[in-house]
Amino acid sequence: MARPWFRRRRVGLGWRPVSPQGWAVTAVALAAGIAALTLLHSPARVPVAIAIVAVYAIVALATGGANADAEEPEDGDARRHEPDPPLPEQPPAPPRRVSPTGGPILVVDGLTKRFGERTAVDDVSFSVAAGEVFGFLGPNGAGKTTTVRMLGTLVAPSSGSAVVAGVPLDEKRGVELRQRIAVMPENPGLYLRLTVAENLEYFARLYGVEARADRIRRALDAVNLGARANDPCGSLSKGLRQRVGLARALLSDPAILFLDEPTSGLDPVATREVHELIDGLRSRGVTVFLTTHRLEEAERLCDRVAILNTSLRTIGRPDELRDRLFAKALQVRTGAPLAEPERVFADLAGVDGWSADGAGRYELAVSDARLAAPAVARALVAAGADILSLTEERHSLEDVYLELIDDDVEAAR
Amino acid sequence: MSLDRIAGVMQKEMREYRRNRFVITTMAVMPLIFLVVPLLTLFKIPDSATESQIKAAVGVMSLLLLIVPIVIPPVIAAYSVVGERVQGTLEPVLTTPVRRDELLLGKAVAAFVPSVGIAYAIYIVVALSIRIGAAHAVSAVVWHPPQVLAQILFTPLLASWSIWVGIGISARASDVRVAQQLATLAGLPLLAVTALVSFQLVKTSVPLAVGLALTLLVVDVVAWRVVSRMFDRERLITGAAAEPSRS
Repeated sequence: MARPWFRRRRVGLGWRPVSPQGWAVTAVALAAGIAALTLLHSPARVPVAIAIVAVYAIVALATGGANADAEEPEDGDARRHEPDPPLPEQPPAPPRRVSPTGGPILVVDGLTKRFGERTAVDDVSFSVAAGEVFGFLGPNGAGKTTTVRMLGTLVAPSSGSAVVAGVPLDEKRGVELRQRIAVMPENPGLYLRLTVAENLEYFARLYGVEARADRIRRALDAVNLGARANDPCGSLSKGLRQRVGLARALLSDPAILFLDEPTSGLDPVATREVHELIDGLRSRGVTVFLTTHRLEEAERLCDRVAILNTSLRTIGRPDELRDRLFAKALQVRTGAPLAEPERVFADLAGVDGWSADGAGRYELAVSDARLAAPAVARALVAAGADILSLTEERHSLEDVYLELIDDDVEAAR
Repeated sequence: MSLDRIAGVMQKEMREYRRNRFVITTMAVMPLIFLVVPLLTLFKIPDSATESQIKAAVGVMSLLLLIVPIVIPPVIAAYSVVGERVQGTLEPVLTTPVRRDELLLGKAVAAFVPSVGIAYAIYIVVALSIRIGAAHAVSAVVWHPPQVLAQILFTPLLASWSIWVGIGISARASDVRVAQQLATLAGLPLLAVTALVSFQLVKTSVPLAVGLALTLLVVDVVAWRVVSRMFDRERLITGAAAEPSRS
C-alpha cells in the first residue's frame, strides 16, 4: 500500500508531512509563499517582515515535535527473529558464600527519602560486604528504586547517610562516587539508533575508560555479544538489550554494580541468561546490589537479602530468615494411622512436640531436623508403621516475604 | 571539566542526528527555502534600482539568512534532554561520572556545529552567487564590510542563544513537542533585533556589529551557566525537584 504523504496529528491541530514527498510539497509551498511575498516589492517593509515572521512561525509549528514520532528507528519493530546467541560457558560457580570475606563496601545509615508528604524510604540502615550478592526485595512502590537512585547520587536523601565504595554520599563528591559504581536501571536505556559498540563506546568515554576498544571487546565477550557489536540496538530483542546493558555496566570495572530489576519483563529463557551472567559476576568477585520482587531470583542468586516495604522489614541470609520466622518441622506419612502416636513420638531426641494432620499424617516440631529424622524413622519402624514419607518442611523465601508483607497489609487495614 | 567526555557527548549526539531522518530532512529542506528566496529576489533587481530599493531587498536577504541559525538549532537542542528522558536513556547517563556542564556543553556543541556550518554555507553560496550574477549595485551592498562582518559574527552567536534556550526549555519540559515549539518561538525576540539591523532601521557599522556581538557573547555565556543550574538531576529523573538535604 502506498505510504500517505501527510497524516493528521495525534496531538495538536492540523496535518504533518510523513514522507519525503510530503516534506517536499510543504517546502515548495512555503518557498512559493515567501517568494510571492518578497517579489511583490511592496514599498512598505513592515508587511514583508510580518509575513516572514508568520512563515517562520508556521515552519516552527509544522516541524515541532516530529521527533516524538521518530524515536524508534525504522527497523525497531523488525527485530531479528534469529535465536539469541548462547551465553559463554561460565566457569562453575563457586559454592555459595555463607559469609563473603570482604569488609563492608556499602554502609547505609538511616537513609530516608520524602517526596512532599509521602515517605518513599524510611530510616533504612544496612551494610553490604565486598564480593557479596545482596538482594533488595520488596513489592512495587516499596522504595527499592528510590534507594538505588539515592546511592547513585541521582536523588538526594531527605536525611541519613551512606558510604558507597569508600565515598560518602554527598552531592559534592558525586562525580567521585559515580566513578566507582555502575547502575543498570530497569530499562537499560540504550540509544536505539546507535550500534551496540557505539553505545558502549559512549559510556566508556563518560567513565574515562582507557584502552576503550579492548575493554568494549571484553565486555561484549563476557555477555557473548561480540558478533552483534555492529548491530543497531534497535534491532535487538529485549533480552539482548538487557545483555548490552550489563556489558555497559561492566565497562568501568565498578566496585559495586547496582542492578535494578534486571529481569523485569524478560521471558524465562532470557531471565535464565541474566541469572547466569550474575552468577558469572559472583565468581569474579563483583559486589552486586540486586533489587527485585522475584523471590525465586533472590533465593537463587543472593548471599543475603533485605526485605523493604518503605522501611526495612528484615535482613539476613535466606535460610536465616526462614529459621527466624518459622519453626522447623518434620512431616510424616504412614500407611495407616499409628495406634499410639504419643508413645512413638514422646521423648525422641530433637522432637519438641507433635500434632496429627489427618489420617496417617503427623507434623513434628523439631529443633534440629538432621538429628530428629533418624530417631523418628527408627521409632516408626520399631512401632511397625509403614513409612510412606518423612520430609523436612521447607519454607521458601516467598513464605518469609509474604509473612512480613502480609503483616504490613494487615497493619494498614 | 573533561574535554574527552564533552567530545564523547558531542560525537554520540552527532551520530544520532545523522541517523535521524527528521533532523536530516529539516536541516536539508529549511535552508533551501532560505537560499532560494533571497537569490530570486536579488537577481531580479536591475542596476537602475534606487539605493533604498536595493537596501530593502538586501535587508530581507540578510534577515532570511540570519533566521537559519535561529530556526535550525532549536529543532535539535530542544530534543536533547527531554528526548533522552522520554526514551529512557537519561538515567543511565546521569549515573556516570559526567558533570552536568560537560553533558550540556557536549550537546550544545553538537547542535552548534551543523547549524552554523549550514548557515555559513548558505551565506557563502548566496554572497558568491550575487557577486557573480547580480547587478553591481546589489553586490556592492551585500559585500559592504559591516554587512559581511555582522553576518559572520551574528550567525554563531544567534545559534548559541537559540541552542541554550532550546536546551534550557528541554531540561524543564516533559514533552518533546512542547519543548521544540517553545524553543523555536523563543527565538522570535532575536528576530526582532535582527530585523532592525537587517532593514537598517539601526544603522550598521563595524563598531555597532562588534558591540552587539560582544553583548550576545556575554548573553550566551550567562545562558550556559543559567541552563547548567536549571539542570536538576532529581527533577529530571523523578519529576520532583530536589529538596535540601537535612542530613
